[in-house]
Amino acid sequence: MPKQVFIVAYGGEDKTVVNLAATHARKEGAKLHIVHVLEWSPYSFLTPQELEERHARRKKELARAEEAVMTPVLTELRAMGVAAEGEILYGSAVDLILQVTKEQDAALIFVGRGETTLGARVFGSISIGLAQAAPVPTVIVP
Amino acid sequence: MKIQNALIPALAAFAAPGLARAQDAARSIDQIVNENVGAVTGPFVNFIFAPLPGTSFPWIVLWLVVGATVFTIYFGFIQFRAFGHAIALVRGDYSNPKDAGEVSHFQALATALSGTVGLGNIAGVAVAVSIGGPGATFWMILAGLMGMASKFTECTLGVKYRNEYADGTVSGGPMYYLTKGFGEQGRAMLGRVLAVLFALFCILGSWGGGNMFQANQAHAQLVNITGGADSFLNGAGWITGLVLAGVVFVVIVGGIQSIAKVTEKIVPLMAVLYVGAAVIILVTNADKIGWAFGQIFAGAFTGLGIAGGMVGALIQGFKRAAFSNEAGVGSAAIAHSAVRTKEPITEGFVSLLEPFIDTVVICTMTALVIVITGVLMIDPDTGLYVWNAEAGRIATVGDVSGVALTSAAFANVASWFPYVLALAVVLFAFSTMISWSYYGLKAWTYLFGESKPAELSFKLLFCVFVVIGAAMDLGPVIDFSDAAIFAMAVVNIIGLYFLMPIVKDELDSYLSRLKSGQIRKFAV
Repeated sequence: MPKQVFIVAYGGEDKTVVNLAATHARKEGAKLHIVHVLEWSPYSFLTPQELEERHARRKKELARAEEAVMTPVLTELRAMGVAAEGEILYGSAVDLILQVTKEQDAALIFVGRGETTLGARVFGSISIGLAQAAPVPTVIVP
Repeated sequence: MKIQNALIPALAAFAAPGLARAQDAARSIDQIVNENVGAVTGPFVNFIFAPLPGTSFPWIVLWLVVGATVFTIYFGFIQFRAFGHAIALVRGDYSNPKDAGEVSHFQALATALSGTVGLGNIAGVAVAVSIGGPGATFWMILAGLMGMASKFTECTLGVKYRNEYADGTVSGGPMYYLTKGFGEQGRAMLGRVLAVLFALFCILGSWGGGNMFQANQAHAQLVNITGGADSFLNGAGWITGLVLAGVVFVVIVGGIQSIAKVTEKIVPLMAVLYVGAAVIILVTNADKIGWAFGQIFAGAFTGLGIAGGMVGALIQGFKRAAFSNEAGVGSAAIAHSAVRTKEPITEGFVSLLEPFIDTVVICTMTALVIVITGVLMIDPDTGLYVWNAEAGRIATVGDVSGVALTSAAFANVASWFPYVLALAVVLFAFSTMISWSYYGLKAWTYLFGESKPAELSFKLLFCVFVVIGAAMDLGPVIDFSDAAIFAMAVVNIIGLYFLMPIVKDELDSYLSRLKSGQIRKFAV
C-alpha cells in the first residue's frame, strides 16, 4: 500500500509547521510533500528592462529557493527519518497548494497561520484561503 | 492644502529672478540649437514628410498604409482570423504552467502598450478630428485595423531572431532580425546596413519623440492646469524637466524599478479611468452615438465642410493612427521579444491586439467624445462644420486644439476631469519615456556593444534630453525626432517585405499544428 502523503505549505521561515507535520508523518508512516510557492502573477506589470531580465531572475530565484529553503528542510526531515519530497512553484499559493494536493492525492494539508495583519484579515491569507477551499482536512498551525 | 497654496506663490516669487535669468539663458541656447539643428536636419525632415507630387499627402503615411495593406493581404487577413486565438494566448490558455514565473504574453503586451498608449490617444486624436473632421476617425480605425498585420509581422520576427545570452537575458528587435534574417537569406551586407540605419534612427527617435516631445507636452499640460499664462511653471520648463529627468534617472540609471513599477501600475489604471470616463459620457449621450457614427461615416467620404474634404480626413486619420500605434515602426518588436515562448508566432498574434486596443478602441473613444460633446462648432443652417481658415482647423468652443480640446470635451460633462487628464498625460509621458529609453538603449548597445559604460553613457544622455525637451521650444529638433521615428518605419518595412516569407512559414506550420490538435490548451 502506498504511503499517505501530507502536503506542507512552507514559506521558508516557519519551522513549527514542518516540525508538527514531521511528528504526524512519523506517527502515521506518511510521506511529506513540501510546497514552496514564489508568489507570481502573469498579469503583473513589468518594465521593458524587467521583461528582458525576467528569465535570468527566475533562474536565480529558483536557485536561491532551492538552496536556502528546500534543500535544508528536506535534508533535516530525511535526517529525522521522515520521507520527504518538495517542489518550488510560481503562482498563487492557495491555487497551487490545492492543485498539488489533487495531483498527489494527499490526505492532509499543514499550513502556518502566516500573516495576521489587517490586510491579510480583510483580503485573506494562505491559511484562510486553504481553510475555505481545501478538499482534505487542513491543519492550521499558529 | 492651505499650506501648499501659500507655499507655491511664495516659492515662485523667491525663485522669480533666478527663473527669469534661466529663461533668458534658455532662450539663447534654444535659439542656437534651433538654428544649428534646423539647418542640418531640415532637408531630412522635409524629405520624410514630403507630400506626394501634386497632393498634400505625405508619402511616409502612404508607405505605412501600403505596408499594412500588403501584410494584411499576404497573411490572409490574419488580424481577423487570429483575433480570438490572440485573446486565448493573452489569457494564458496555451501557456505551460511549468513556465510560470517567466514573462507572460499579457505582460509583454501590457509593457508594449504602455509605450504606445499616451499623448497620441489624447492630443493626436483631437488634432486629427479638429483638422480632418469626424471623418478622420473612420480612416484612423481603418489604419488601426490594417496596422495590426504590421505589428504581427514585426513582433514575430522580433522573437524569432532575438539574441539570448548565457546569463538568461535577451535582446531583440529589428536590428537583430535585419542582421540575422537577411544573413539567412544570403543578404548579410544589406541586412547589416539596414540594421545600423534602423539603430541610428531608433536612438534619435528615442531622444526626440520618445523623450523630448513627451517631456515638452507633459510640461505644457502642467502649465495649463496650474493657471496657464499665470502659472509659476510658465516659461520654467526646466523645473518640470529636472524633476522628470531626476525620476527617469533613478529608474533607468539607479535601477530603482519600484518607481517604474508604480507607474506601470497607474498607467493601466489611468487608461481604464480614461476609457471609463469616455464610456460614461457615451452612455449618458447614447441617443447621439448613432448621429456621431453618421458624422464619422459621412465625414469620411465628404469631409462635411472641412477644407481638405475626403482626402483631408484620410490624411489626418492615417497619420494620427500611425503616430499613435507605431505599427510598422519596429519599436514594439523590441518590447515583445522578451517573452518566453517556443513559438515566435504566438507573440505576433498577441501583438496584433496592440493597435486594436490603442487605435480602434481608445482613439475612437476620444473621437466620439469630441464629436458628441459638441466642442466642434457646427453651422446650424448648413449642418456643416465651421472652418477656421486662420487656424487651419474646425472652429472649436473656447478656440482650443490638441490636448486642450480633449480636456474641454471631457470637462463638458465632468468639470474636474482636466485634472485627471493632466495626471494621465504626465504619467503616460513618463511611461512612454521609460519604454523609449529601453528601445533607444537596445539600439545603442547594438551599435556600441553591450557594456556598462556604453549603457551608462546612453542613459545619461537620455536624461539630459528630458530637461532640454521640457525647457525648450525646439521645433526643428522635435520635427527631426518625429522624422527619425518615421525613418525607422522606412527601414523596418523594407526589412519586413524581405522577411515576410519566413513569418508565413511559421504561421502555416503553427496553424496546421493548432488544427491537428498538436498544439492544445493546457487544462486548468
